[in-house]
Amino acid sequence: MGIVSPGFQGKPRSAAVTLPPGQYLTEDFPVLSAGPTPRIQLDQWEFVITTEAGVKHRWSWAELLELPSETPTVDLHCVTKWSKLGTTWRGVALDSLFEQVDTAADFALAHSYGGYTTNLPLEDLLDGQAWLVYEYEGEELGAEHGGPVRLLVPHLYLWKSAKWVNGIQLLVQDEPGFWESAGYHDYGDPWREQRYQGD
Amino acid sequence: MARAAVPGRLTGRLAWRTARLVEAREETPTARTLVLDVSGWPGHLPGQHVDVRLTAEDGYSTQRSYSIASAAQGDRIELTVQRVPAGEVSPYLVEGLSPGYPVELRGPVGGWFVWRTTDTAPVLLVAGGSGIVPLMAMVRARRAAGSRVPFRLIYSARTKNDVFYAEELRKRVRDDAGLDVAYVFTREEHGRRINVNDISTAGWPADFQPDCFVCGPTGFVETVADILVALGNEPRRVKTERFGPTGA
Ligand SMILES: Cc1cc2nc3c(=O)[nH]c(=O)nc-3n(C[C@H](O)[C@H](O)[C@H](O)COP(=O)(O)OP(=O)(O)OC[C@H]3O[C@@H](n4cnc5c(N)ncnc54)[C@H](O)[C@@H]3O)c2cc1C
Repeated sequence: MGIVSPGFQGKPRSAAVTLPPGQYLTEDFPVLSAGPTPRIQLDQWEFVITTEAGVKHRWSWAELLELPSETPTVDLHCVTKWSKLGTTWRGVALDSLFEQVDTAADFALAHSYGGYTTNLPLEDLLDGQAWLVYEYEGEELGAEHGGPVRLLVPHLYLWKSAKWVNGIQLLVQDEPGFWESAGYHDYGDPWREQRYQGD
Repeated sequence: MARAAVPGRLTGRLAWRTARLVEAREETPTARTLVLDVSGWPGHLPGQHVDVRLTAEDGYSTQRSYSIASAAQGDRIELTVQRVPAGEVSPYLVEGLSPGYPVELRGPVGGWFVWRTTDTAPVLLVAGGSGIVPLMAMVRARRAAGSRVPFRLIYSARTKNDVFYAEELRKRVRDDAGLDVAYVFTREEHGRRINVNDISTAGWPADFQPDCFVCGPTGFVETVADILVALGNEPRRVKTERFGPTGA
């Protein structure tokens, strides 16, 4: 147990929800980004998977919408400590995109418009664990929350769910992304409280 | 946005440390600065924050992030906390924590929203409300280092009474060559929200390639960052930190 700060009581506890360590529940949807919000034209949007052999697989906005969509309802955990439960999204499981991709890579580096990157093990993007999403709670995904399309990998801290995503680069060796280069954890499992390098 | 924001990654675990309140200074009726003694504090860069963990008698604990307001100076760090109505942590930090009481914290955290005294580009700081805190650390670090890098600060607050560090800012402007401060009040008579005019008059021309730091509530940061990009600043030179909740 931590050191008690005298007189601190905290919110009334409800036993009903269990959150990852150090997280608190919020009803809003706060925003974490390192810079200005990029505005992207849909007719110019594209998503590219580049394999370790340099092979590129591309999808335009229209092609993305043609893929089968899913509506996952998931909990979000942000490294800035808030968690938001039961959010519903619409998008395409990365499994559908990877059907056509031939790779032996173990790692992925997601790239975004604006230059943001984040690294994840490839296996965390597959088997129904990750989506490219374009709707939030039944509405078009707003630019401040990563629209037109963001990555959604809800079992990891939210910075791994790259906003304004435009590609995934497959790598044989792990390479730190933007926040990871600035001291944040390479994997980022909220249940193990992997916020920073060394956690 | 460069991938390697910080050369050399942090290694080793960021340990929880016990900090003790040494003294507190009232900044406004709803905000105060906490002077904390953290033994073995490794130092920090202006713009970085700490994670604060509070634990109750029954073992329940919760964490929040707070920017460091002070320039690096031994084992002392200062945080300035705005009381958020019905908040879980901020009312305790503003009203409950007394001198000698412990809080746990770890840090410094964040390697992107930082200004280094070796940086030479002109700097524009744009603060909304408590977003002034990490920007004040930059103003203080500039002074401590005797830096002559030209700084401009645009500070949006509700009213004159909501300005943090008011007296010190007056002194800094008087004594620190190359520092200018402009205010925008949202709730005074003729109050209004920050606009493109404020930023083009009190900021730098984009040609000067200033390093811009914008901090405050989400809506404020979105507005200001959009304006800076529209005025021709390169997005990668516009660094943002969003504190508050979002209405959107
Ligand atoms: C990197 C970073 C640095 C920060 N630095 C500072 C700092 O230097 N000084 C500072 O005072 N705060 C700072 N914050 C905000 C701080 O972490 C807390 O979010 C804030 O103190 C509210 O916590 P709380 O427990 O009192 O409120 P909570 O119990 O978390 O929230 C209670 C209610 O208030 C709303 N709320 C939360 N935050 C705000 C806000 N800022 N304004 C209005 N309403 C709000 C919530 O949506 C909720 O409805 C920082 C946040 C981040 C992410």
